[in-house]
Amino acid sequence: MQEALRFIQPDAAIVDGPDFVERARSLRRGPDAASYGLALTIRGLWKSFGDHQVLRGIDLHIPAGQFVAIVGRSGCGKSTLLRLIAGLETIDSGTVSLDGQAKLGGQAKPEDVRVMFQEARLLPWARVLSNVEVGLGRDRKSLDAKVRAGKALAEVGLADKRAQWPSVLSGGQKQRVALARALVGGPKVLAFDEPLGALDALTRISMQRLLERVWREQGFTAILVTHDVSEAVALADRILVIEDGRIAHDFAVDIPRPRRRGAADLAALEASILRHLLRSADDTSIA
Amino acid sequence: MSVIESLPRLRAPRPDRLIPWIVPLVIVLLWQAACLSGLVPARVLPAPSDVAIAGWKLVKSGELARNIWVSFWRAGIGFLIGGSIGFGLGLANGLSELSSKLTDTTLQMVRNIPHLALIPLVILWFGIDETAKLFLVALGVFFPIYINTLHGIRTVDPQLREMGRIYGMNDRELFRRVIFPSALPSIFVGLRFALGIMWLTLIVAETIAASSGLGYMAMQAREFMQIDVVVLSILIYALLGKLADSASRALEQLTLSWHPAFQNH
Repeated sequence: MQEALRFIQPDAAIVDGPDFVERARSLRRGPDAASYGLALTIRGLWKSFGDHQVLRGIDLHIPAGQFVAIVGRSGCGKSTLLRLIAGLETIDSGTVSLDGQAKLGGQAKPEDVRVMFQEARLLPWARVLSNVEVGLGRDRKSLDAKVRAGKALAEVGLADKRAQWPSVLSGGQKQRVALARALVGGPKVLAFDEPLGALDALTRISMQRLLERVWREQGFTAILVTHDVSEAVALADRILVIEDGRIAHDFAVDIPRPRRRGAADLAALEASILRHLLRSADDTSIA
Repeated sequence: MSVIESLPRLRAPRPDRLIPWIVPLVIVLLWQAACLSGLVPARVLPAPSDVAIAGWKLVKSGELARNIWVSFWRAGIGFLIGGSIGFGLGLANGLSELSSKLTDTTLQMVRNIPHLALIPLVILWFGIDETAKLFLVALGVFFPIYINTLHGIRTVDPQLREMGRIYGMNDRELFRRVIFPSALPSIFVGLRFALGIMWLTLIVAETIAASSGLGYMAMQAREFMQIDVVVLSILIYALLGKLADSASRALEQLTLSWHPAFQNH
């Protein structure tokens, strides 16, 4: 296991100690680097589609750089919450603020929040490299756009695919290109909407490691919506369970990284979260 | 057998390019054989060699080049006019709800009138001068281009539009980088339909109301019982149609190289 980690993670020295997170943070791009994540505060957030109330009063504070997973049964409103954070839907009432700067509905600074979806959403008519360049937003016309896009591609291990069409890539490779596109602009908040849901089990595991690595290197605030509790447990600092449009449980995951898949403490936490989810599922089916 | 085998080696490094021409060649050979053997009387169908001789005469007198040029010019200008109006309206109605509400219903009504049914009206309006032919070609070409452009833009993947918005594309960039490339395969379908309709319309219009052009040449030949010239005109139409189709295919290859259907070719 440790061997495998070294293979994926060349700077394995920093993962060995118990305080690796602190040390990893100190290795980031300097004390005032723009790549630090932003804190996210949500107050009294309501959202309905027609008669259906999807979110009923969400209050949530996510500190800068935290990795939060949001789990819940389908239709519980977890994806809607993510879309509201990303500014893809309008807010009925309440506020979503990044570092104290409130925004209502619209997106004040779109380059701060990036989203990765279950589908890669690559432009089929653009080569891999220009797909990554899309992620630079307004900077994509700058002189170093290609260099930056190339670096982001190398980061996800696809430097050799830069001149390919997306249609020849595998599902996992497409998602890695989508990740490079999301990373290239140096996002403060990165929101994942079931990004690994369509991948096979092995690809999913290596993608999870990749996500964890880039999060540690770049320090953005990560919000992962997933239906896979084991994925949440493997990646997140904190797991929110959403039920009926409200945050029903808020678990802190203080299991040190690197986390070994299948370890007893992870399995125990996963089981307890699943119990909560299943219990509420039984409640609703009886009601 | 030996001829076919040695042909590719003699001429082209890409033998698969010659394969599509085998069937037309065989047909011409059979046709020549049938005429020579007297199976088909020359009054019904002249031999390919006679058609070639008639063609050579027309080439020498300059009549053929002049008529082809006239037809080509009519087809091209009519296509440009009808095609650009259809493309423009397709874009407008695909991108703007207001424009679509305003014009789409009307256009769909007009579309159901066969444009060749307008020939009597067009002759009354324009006589038999150039305007009549250009009008008919433009009208025929307009609808396939309009409908397929509109369809292409309406079916752009909303997930890609959303992606473009997330990454801060403005309307112009969104059109250039997402909407237009996505609509392009559909626009090409319209283009190829339109090319077919372009020739059809022109043949009919020139046969009925013209004093020059390939259709006129064929009608004139009928008056003088020059059946070889009639057959020649028909063959030239086939060749010009093939040429237009090849041109649009080449354009597709060039612009749709990203498309899985155009890879490994």
